[in-house]
Amino acid sequence: MAKITFVTQGNETITVEGTAGNVMELAVQNKIKGIDGNCGGVCSCATCHVHVEPEHWDKVGAPNTMESDMLEFDEKVSDHSRLSCQMKVTENLDGIVLKVAN
Amino acid sequence: MSNKTCVVIGASHAGVNFAFSLRREGWRGEIILFDSDPEIPYHRPPLSKAYLSVENNSELDLLFPKQNYQTENITLRLGETVSKIDKDSKEITLSNGEIQFYDKLVIATGARPFIPPIKGIETAVNLFPMRTFADTVNIQNAIKKSNEKRVVIIGGGYIGLETAASLKKLGAKVIVLERENRVLERVTAPQMSDFFSKLHGENGVDLLTNKNVVSIKKSEGVNEVICDDNTSYIADLIVVGVGIKVNLELAQKTGLVIENGIKVDETTKTSDENIYAIGDCTYHFNSHYNRYIRLESVQNAVDQAKVAASTICGNDVKYNAIPWFWSDQYNVKLQMVGLSQGYNDVIQRVEEDNEKCQSVWYFKDDELLAVDAVNNGKAYVLGGRFIKGRTEIDKIKLRDTSIVIKPTSFLKD
Repeated sequence: MAKITFVTQGNETITVEGTAGNVMELAVQNKIKGIDGNCGGVCSCATCHVHVEPEHWDKVGAPNTMESDMLEFDEKVSDHSRLSCQMKVTENLDGIVLKVAN
Repeated sequence: MSNKTCVVIGASHAGVNFAFSLRREGWRGEIILFDSDPEIPYHRPPLSKAYLSVENNSELDLLFPKQNYQTENITLRLGETVSKIDKDSKEITLSNGEIQFYDKLVIATGARPFIPPIKGIETAVNLFPMRTFADTVNIQNAIKKSNEKRVVIIGGGYIGLETAASLKKLGAKVIVLERENRVLERVTAPQMSDFFSKLHGENGVDLLTNKNVVSIKKSEGVNEVICDDNTSYIADLIVVGVGIKVNLELAQKTGLVIENGIKVDETTKTSDENIYAIGDCTYHFNSHYNRYIRLESVQNAVDQAKVAASTICGNDVKYNAIPWFWSDQYNVKLQMVGLSQGYNDVIQRVEEDNEKCQSVWYFKDDELLAVDAVNNGKAYVLGGRFIKGRTEIDKIKLRDTSIVIKPTSFLKD
């Protein structure tokens, strides 16, 4: 189980618990504003973009090639950008904070 | 707004996203969704892609978990068909005669597969379209039961090609029959058609063009698919993917303005002030391309859903989006942004380090209209930015593959 905190563009802070699936699905289940996951989680739409708090970056790790290609020229990219559909919910993620990009 | 009722006809990408957006925007009254599909609303695009290619799938990719409908107080009336809208009394009638009043009505009826009038098509065995969960179950069952697993797909568009790739993965022998002289003729440039023809060939799928199917004969539980050039193909299973018909009948009978779809304004309102329409069934204005269009896409469904929800809750918003699409076939990801219709110049880039990483850029004179990107998220994202910003592109630089793709690489000096 992992507790994951989302901070939305409207500065709402929501902490949720997840056990399986990916972070995008967890966010959609919990109605996190700004995470849509329109393509269903196949790294095609970038509607699940998050900025990982820098101190938690090591827990999350770098994006895969397909994902970094989608992020590199995104207008909202940061050094700690990820597409949350490509992040599996595991115990490793326990305690992380994610800022919703959109 | 607390005691008002919003009724939605159609519970797929558009209708469902609308319902959740409406709640988020502050609608406190009832929200009731009707759909004749009995399944909890699911993601449609994966059906012909990942979902079909895996045997014994147990879980559908739901748009939202079942419990979210309860927590958001959204009523799902699945397996129920709406047969009539009365816009004067603001009521809909179900096929069982039940009447439901509405204050605001949203039509999200989408489209259904077009089944062409081919001689013998009604009596063919194991002939299915590919649009719903039920279609995937029918197709997979037919494959399982067949020893020979000979599949003929009628139509070389995205549905046909994705289905071909998925069924090949399941061990079928697949032939695609395309009427035009290249696959994806309606939607892409010849360069993309060539790429996908080659890809399917490499994976053992026969893509045959200039094949106009004229009849289907059934004998001993097997089909013979006959083309107008007198060639014929044996099929244990036939999948029809030749396009869609918009579900317009309800709107038409109600007297709403129809023009290639249900005509809506930039707020998704129809010609009736209490009725909105969203998704595949709409003929809507795209301000970037400055024309009315109809789109079959998740992007349009979701973006119109948000505009409709916001408008109904009293906000001043207008639909303003650059369309985007995607397709997954084998290990290839195709992403498209923009609308290429009307192009008169195409630039294809094959990246030097990887021939499976390509992009096709569509121009009308100097204006970039659309980009098709194959395994090339960078071209897709950057293309979208250039289109939106109406950025002037230096075509000589864009053609030069020794220049790597960067935000400033192709700008005019």
